[in-house]
Amino acid sequence: MCTLEKRGNIFLLTLTGDNEHRFHPDAIATILSLLGQAKSQANRGSVLITTGHGKFFSNGFDLAWAQSSGSLAGAAERLHQMVESFKPVVAALLDLPMPTIAALNGHAAAAGLMLALSHDYVYMRRDRGVLYMSEVDIGLSMPDYFAAMIRSKIGTSAARREVLLSGKKIRGEEAVALGIVDSAAHDSAEGVVEATVGLAEKLAAKKWKGDVYASIRKSLYPELCEILGLKATIFATPKL
Amino acid sequence: MCTLEKRGQLFLLKLAGDGEHRLNPTLLDSITSAITQIRSDPSSSQSVLITTSDGKFFSNGYDLALADSDPSLRVVMDSKLRSLVADLISLPMPTIAAVTGHASAAGFVLAMSHDYVLMRRDRGFLYMSELDIELVIPPWFAAMIRMKIGSPAARRDVMLTAEKVTAERGLEMGIVDSSYGSAAETVEGAVKLGEELVRRGVDGHVYGGMREALLKQVLHTIGSNESVSNRMRNSGSKL
Repeated sequence: MCTLEKRGNIFLLTLTGDNEHRFHPDAIATILSLLGQAKSQANRGSVLITTGHGKFFSNGFDLAWAQSSGSLAGAAERLHQMVESFKPVVAALLDLPMPTIAALNGHAAAAGLMLALSHDYVYMRRDRGVLYMSEVDIGLSMPDYFAAMIRSKIGTSAARREVLLSGKKIRGEEAVALGIVDSAAHDSAEGVVEATVGLAEKLAAKKWKGDVYASIRKSLYPELCEILGLKATIFATPKL
Repeated sequence: MCTLEKRGQLFLLKLAGDGEHRLNPTLLDSITSAITQIRSDPSSSQSVLITTSDGKFFSNGYDLALADSDPSLRVVMDSKLRSLVADLISLPMPTIAAVTGHASAAGFVLAMSHDYVLMRRDRGFLYMSELDIELVIPPWFAAMIRMKIGSPAARRDVMLTAEKVTAERGLEMGIVDSSYGSAAETVEGAVKLGEELVRRGVDGHVYGGMREALLKQVLHTIGSNESVSNRMRNSGSKL
């Protein structure tokens, strides 16, 4: 369901298979484990790119699995389990000692959009794929860390309203205009990945110190870090 | 170290001489004492402060070489800059930074501590250098950046890519209010803006109070002890 490859400096995390890449607890555990692997192998100049196969980057939590529990209470419990277990994935990305880039091959909805936004840079396709916070349409409430992510990464009141409250399916060009993604310039999944590799190589060439990078990243998002229980302390020795 | 001049209702504070204007304890004391002088002037609440510098640098940040020779001075410099910035935030008059040279790290923060940032566009950049020199960014610096730079992507570019922000980029990001063709034109622009602000005749005490209210979160983070203890853990550097 998910693989980690190393290509030179670049760690490529791929959500595999031509499906919705729903976040079932097993998928969440796998992603978390692979992020741990990338962290342990991190060097100066490492960069992470996360992408997917097929029509979806990710369509969010596995709601079908939640509903298959057979009862309302059971479904709520399973949903709660996924919400709680996904938190460490977001935390791991915020803590990762290297720049991170999401290369959206397709649709990113709900928790899938959260996964994308947990990266330092987000690139999506111009021709296909939408960003969609589905919660308002399907009557789900928002976890606190989702709302904090939106506040941290999306700057204008109008953009936040469009993303959270309008149930809008936002395409590439509009996503760039709203400041949600950094780029939507390519008309294919391969094009997006290639562009992110280009960015990754530029970032890798800086050879930044990973723990310093992670610390500075966390200090960009104090509210989100507080909710996730992430501290931004580090011992740093400046080079002059 | 720094000079203070009065031109009509304008106070011109200049970081003097051709060096990097590193924010060491001596320079910080000198600037603070100039601000104290400004406050004690009887017409201060109908005045405007313009801060500028001589030479290639507005300020290249803390004196890191000094901190290496005596690590306790790291805390001293940070503490003095916090006081100075809190002082600027409560100053009963509009403040203008005429950025005529590079402003890095603490120097960038000093520039941002002013209400208006005017900058030359022919040379010089604003630069949060910490990532490149392997220093963390103090929480109160990050709080100032969050206050003064509105877009999450721009904040990320400033802090997480250590972008060397030219006046043009600064205008795009909303950090810089206006840009000019040379150092002299930048100061001239600041003087013109200052005179316009004086003409508006706002009561400086009301103005200062408003600014404090607006920057309440920054003041809170400046005053927080957690930030002090985080930095105290910084050990010496390898040269």
